[in-house]
Amino acid sequence: MSQLSDPLPLPKRIFNATLSAIAFSLAALALIPLLAMLWSIFTKGMPYLTWDVFTQLPAPAGMKDVANGFANAVMGTLLMVAIASGISLPLGILTAIFLSEFGKKSAFAEGIRFLISILSAAPSIVVGVFAYGVIVMPLKGFSAFAGGFALSIIMLPIVALATEEALKLVPTSQRLASAALGAGLARTTFRVVLVRSFPSILTTALLAIARAAGETAPLIFTALFSQNWLESVMGPSASLSVLIFNYANSPFKEQNDLAWAAAVILVGMVLFTNLLARFVTRKRLKAR
Amino acid sequence: MANFSEQSYRSKRQSQSFTDTGNVQDLLSHWNDRGFQALTFVAALLAAAVPFWMSALIFQQAQPAIAKFGLSFLWTQDWNVDQNIFGALPYIYGTLVSSAIALLMALPIGVAVAIITSEDVFPSWLQSPIAVVVELIAAIPSVIVGLWGRFILIPALAPFQEFLFGHFKWLPIFNTQPFGPSMLMAGIVLAIMILPTIAAISREVLRAISQDLRNGAFALGSTQWETIWHITLPAAASGIFGGASLALGRALGETMAVTMVIGNVTGIDVSLLSPGNTIPALLANQFSEATDPVHIGALMYLALVLFLVTLTVNALAVVMVRFLTRHA
Repeated sequence: MSQLSDPLPLPKRIFNATLSAIAFSLAALALIPLLAMLWSIFTKGMPYLTWDVFTQLPAPAGMKDVANGFANAVMGTLLMVAIASGISLPLGILTAIFLSEFGKKSAFAEGIRFLISILSAAPSIVVGVFAYGVIVMPLKGFSAFAGGFALSIIMLPIVALATEEALKLVPTSQRLASAALGAGLARTTFRVVLVRSFPSILTTALLAIARAAGETAPLIFTALFSQNWLESVMGPSASLSVLIFNYANSPFKEQNDLAWAAAVILVGMVLFTNLLARFVTRKRLKAR
Repeated sequence: MANFSEQSYRSKRQSQSFTDTGNVQDLLSHWNDRGFQALTFVAALLAAAVPFWMSALIFQQAQPAIAKFGLSFLWTQDWNVDQNIFGALPYIYGTLVSSAIALLMALPIGVAVAIITSEDVFPSWLQSPIAVVVELIAAIPSVIVGLWGRFILIPALAPFQEFLFGHFKWLPIFNTQPFGPSMLMAGIVLAIMILPTIAAISREVLRAISQDLRNGAFALGSTQWETIWHITLPAAASGIFGGASLALGRALGETMAVTMVIGNVTGIDVSLLSPGNTIPALLANQFSEATDPVHIGALMYLALVLFLVTLTVNALAVVMVRFLTRHA
């Protein structure tokens, strides 16, 4: 019996200790980037996040002591995300309804799912090239609409695939109960399935919107940038993400500072929606 | 559970609405249903058509360059906007090398995070905060990672780059004087960005492995780490590989963060401490200023190459993950 309380043989102990040490230090290393990023964004961006930022136009480069802001970029981002949502939310949710309610596991539905997952894997810069070819080249001009279109292609697969998952979580018995009461397919879908999954669909939409608001690559050669107020949907537009890119590359410190301030807004929005999404999902899992 | 199928449900509705003669509402709701179903069908077709539309359009716009350079575009090195001579090799090289560095660094770290957050080597109340902190990296917009990389990470790692140059310059990959932006920095930034993908998928794969396998190893006298090393990890290897391919697909197409730390210098330099360029970074820098059809065509050609490569990598990963989950 004394063998039971004997320590492990030395090689085994060395093996255990080594692997523990390696795994713990690598995992600790993995925690650094996010914390470091949040820390620098907060400390470098917060001091410059003044009221002016939301109400003033960008000051000409190199000028000090003038009102400096990026209200036009905030507006541009809002407008383009609104255009993108207007296209991708209806299309994505209807696609999800088809996949979860009608297509189900048929080969055809599987094919559509595969194509949509291919779309979600397309690099965002390629989506930008696509929007350039579809809208900027034929209309011979950079426009907020082209930017919104590019963002809608980014959002579409996210909305479609996540909404399908949300719809699938509604128990079949509820659809059956609705059918038993005489409701047709359309009525069952709208009054039972969509109502039941509304919180998850809303979170999905918010996540997709947050993702689109942070995208830069699809905008730099579709919406371009502008130092002025937005004049028309068919004209070039500023956006927060492109502003960060341009101002990060700028040699002027005031512009670098504003880039950090814009980063605070974008990161704050993205983190808020992501934590909200996690909270909603966890609550739903617990409720079941 | 009742075997509920759309077909039986639909046919019941149909027979009902036609036997209730004169019930206009029923007839209306029947056509409502039909119309609604058709609407969702059209939406799904539209969404599924986008990848075809995308590749067809890019292929068509790339024609001027494809006609002029053919396949030799892929292995020639000149990129001269003034003389309209374009070769993609430096960008293809930069894309592949930066992604390879990223994968080499992110794979061990991601797997370590997955082990710590799924196996019982760590108290469970600490597991999910660690997983969240790693997975939230994926939510940070790429341009902000680039901003951080440019102003914080590059200065912070300057001594490290100097150290590599100072002590290892006899190695061809470290034999240029570093000055900040470099291929190595791009690789590190990419590694940070693909880490959540690798960690999350490896974690799912490890969790899906049957507890019986581990119990069997414990019963034979293995310690926790011996079980993980000899049993769990080999069983999970193919799934982790699938996750790594998905991450590679992301790294290949990543644009903003890379273009902000790689230096955007065209040319092939074996040294990782010298700046470089990638396909997405070049597209981001030149597209808005391109006017000549051949120049635009060459950029479109590059986008096409990038799209095809990421498609292949991703399709392989999707097939691999599907195949594995079916056999798990």
